[in-house]
Amino acid sequence: MAYIDESGRAETMLGQVLRRLRPAAAAEVARGYSAAAKEMTVRDALNSALDEEMSADPSVFLMGEEVGEYQGAYKISKGLLDKYGPDRVLDTPITEAGFTGIGVGAAYHGLRPIIEFMTFNFSMQAIDHIINSAAKSNYMSAGQISVPIVFRGPNGAAAGVGAQHSQCYAAWYAHVPGLKVLTPYSSEDTRGLLKAAIRDPDPVIFLENELLYGESFPVSAEVLDSSFCLPIGKAKIEREGKDVTITAFSKMVGYALQAAEILSKEGISAEVINLRSIRPLDRAAINASVRKTNRLVTVEEGFPQHGIGAEICMSVVEESFEYLDAPVERIAGADVPMPYAANLERMAVPQVDDIVRAAKRACYRAVPMAAAA
Amino acid sequence: MAAAALLRRIPAARAPPTVFVAARSISDSTAALTIETSVPFTSHLVDPPSRDVTTTPAELVTFFRDMSLMRRMEIAADSLYKAKLIRGFCHLYDGQEAVAVGMEAAITRSDSIITAYRDHCIYLARGGDLVSAFSELMGREAGCSRGKGGSMHFYKKDANFYGGHGIVGAQVPLGCGLAFAQKYKKEDTATFALYGDGAANQGQLFEALNISALWKLPAILVCENNHYGMGTAEWRAAKSPAYYKRGDYVPGLKVDGMDVLAVKQACKFAKDHAVANGPIVLEMDTYRYHGHSMSDPGSTYRTRDEISGVRQERDPIERVRKLLLTRDLATAAELKDMEKEIRKQVDDAIAKAKESSMPDTSELFTNVYKKGFGVESFGPDRKELRASLP
Repeated sequence: MAYIDESGRAETMLGQVLRRLRPAAAAEVARGYSAAAKEMTVRDALNSALDEEMSADPSVFLMGEEVGEYQGAYKISKGLLDKYGPDRVLDTPITEAGFTGIGVGAAYHGLRPIIEFMTFNFSMQAIDHIINSAAKSNYMSAGQISVPIVFRGPNGAAAGVGAQHSQCYAAWYAHVPGLKVLTPYSSEDTRGLLKAAIRDPDPVIFLENELLYGESFPVSAEVLDSSFCLPIGKAKIEREGKDVTITAFSKMVGYALQAAEILSKEGISAEVINLRSIRPLDRAAINASVRKTNRLVTVEEGFPQHGIGAEICMSVVEESFEYLDAPVERIAGADVPMPYAANLERMAVPQVDDIVRAAKRACYRAVPMAAAA
Repeated sequence: MAAAALLRRIPAARAPPTVFVAARSISDSTAALTIETSVPFTSHLVDPPSRDVTTTPAELVTFFRDMSLMRRMEIAADSLYKAKLIRGFCHLYDGQEAVAVGMEAAITRSDSIITAYRDHCIYLARGGDLVSAFSELMGREAGCSRGKGGSMHFYKKDANFYGGHGIVGAQVPLGCGLAFAQKYKKEDTATFALYGDGAANQGQLFEALNISALWKLPAILVCENNHYGMGTAEWRAAKSPAYYKRGDYVPGLKVDGMDVLAVKQACKFAKDHAVANGPIVLEMDTYRYHGHSMSDPGSTYRTRDEISGVRQERDPIERVRKLLLTRDLATAAELKDMEKEIRKQVDDAIAKAKESSMPDTSELFTNVYKKGFGVESFGPDRKELRASLP
């Protein structure tokens, strides 16, 4: 298990070694700013993963709006056109239904497309191809037509982009058998999961977050290696704890870690699970954690109704009911289209204090409901 | 003498045979034969191919056999559906056989074909067999999709037949994607993406065509215009029913889709064009005798006179029969015998398909993923039915 330092960041391998040999140096490394430890932004993690996988396999290609000459709407694909040429890095017209269908057809015939949606809001224009042409094909054809495709791009709220540009699609895509849905948080997650997604023979929805692109995370030599890959379907315990389990994915992992830090100062030890994979969902890890802590708070950015937290809660009710000492708490985005005004927007997205409050509720609810009435 | 007058119309290459019918067998000659298509091609932004089609007697006989087999299969499927052995949707192709057969004659199995849900005969044309087809229709494990797909989801990957799609129009961008991959892999092959007059108005078709034209993909968009999108006649659905022109900046050809030789000529022309220059649209003027599907009698929006008129004047099989008879490549009796043999083939296949069992219950959970990592999947009552996905 990774050692978690005061800032809530997972310690690098270098840091762990130093902690045993030279405690003072380890403290420096643990802050994550030492020259010896490498840091990488999520943007660079994406770029390097794309670069390495395209280099390793000539059938991998990238297609989407502005991915080529513009270097990527968010500069994720910077340099790739120069390196791999216009046959493998393709700028498309603004026609999601058309180019997504073309991508899926290319996958039918043995290529490994990476389709970029400028944001997943635009994936709705192509959703028939994602679900009916990609997700279901292997099943309907009894294994003849497999679809090794990755659909990637920013998902969820950005900042001030309004209702049509802020929706989280994790619940929509995770609903569908035949898809895999991944939600990286850190640069390590991003590199490992994107490489796994590109190598995977099934259609993968890779949900990034625009606000994380510029964030830096420490990365070990292992993570930087071109063969680095993370398993699909396995969550990561970002922070161990014993009093309450907090599940989160993508940007909310950072918020959950901040909440855990605040809670620890109030004597509540929170275990933070970075889901990494929404479909398959790591039910085993979630249930194991709840069986240990007996309390659960689910955190997600998207709309609450029929969301990720609902599924996690049900999984725990089904498999670990007797272990629950309190009702499951759910933190999610507000049940309204995303407003523009900054104060309203702030109210529409989960904040760290929302998570802290819910965790406290989960912890003080030791008395059964009937007795409280 | 009538016989001599008839024989004089045969091209000079063949000398008139002496009259002794009984001992001669159906022609398997591969000597070249040139036959004119029923009507000339109409074109858009391209010079049309010649009306003179090169074929051989053997090929014409094959056309007759293949189309008759398809016809029989579809009619048998009609009976099976009424007997409730086929469930759900069943969209029959009888009347349109010339498109499937003519196309196949112009291309190779390395070229790709993708179509929508009226796919049984395309499957057969690509080398699929009757037992697999009937088994799939009846949801048996001997089916080409092991019973998991049904009528609308036939595939034959090893023959580059990519299905079999239920969502109207989706197959067109998918087909352009197949063409993209063919070009990417430098295969010098082409993709034929079939769609109906109903699908011709779909936005995604124009999106995919735009990209195909920009990137010069070897995509041939084949509109099987049977003049009705379900119950809606073409003039009620399309402001411009000149589907071969709808590609706008993309060249197009209008073809008599009931003339298998015209189809063959057009498809050969289209393949050569697409591999060299990028996309082209083919409009096949064809007709379906059945309604849209088995739930549609097909006679509420069309007159019986129209249907029987087409059958009398333009039936693709009858056209080839006439060719074979007038050119003395077969006798009426021989063709009748062939049809009898085909009927038996179909009946035997149905009997065999009926023997096939339904898929094992474990198949509910197979092929969800190619690589499932042992992930759990669930039945309606997950405490009762769950499985580990391989």
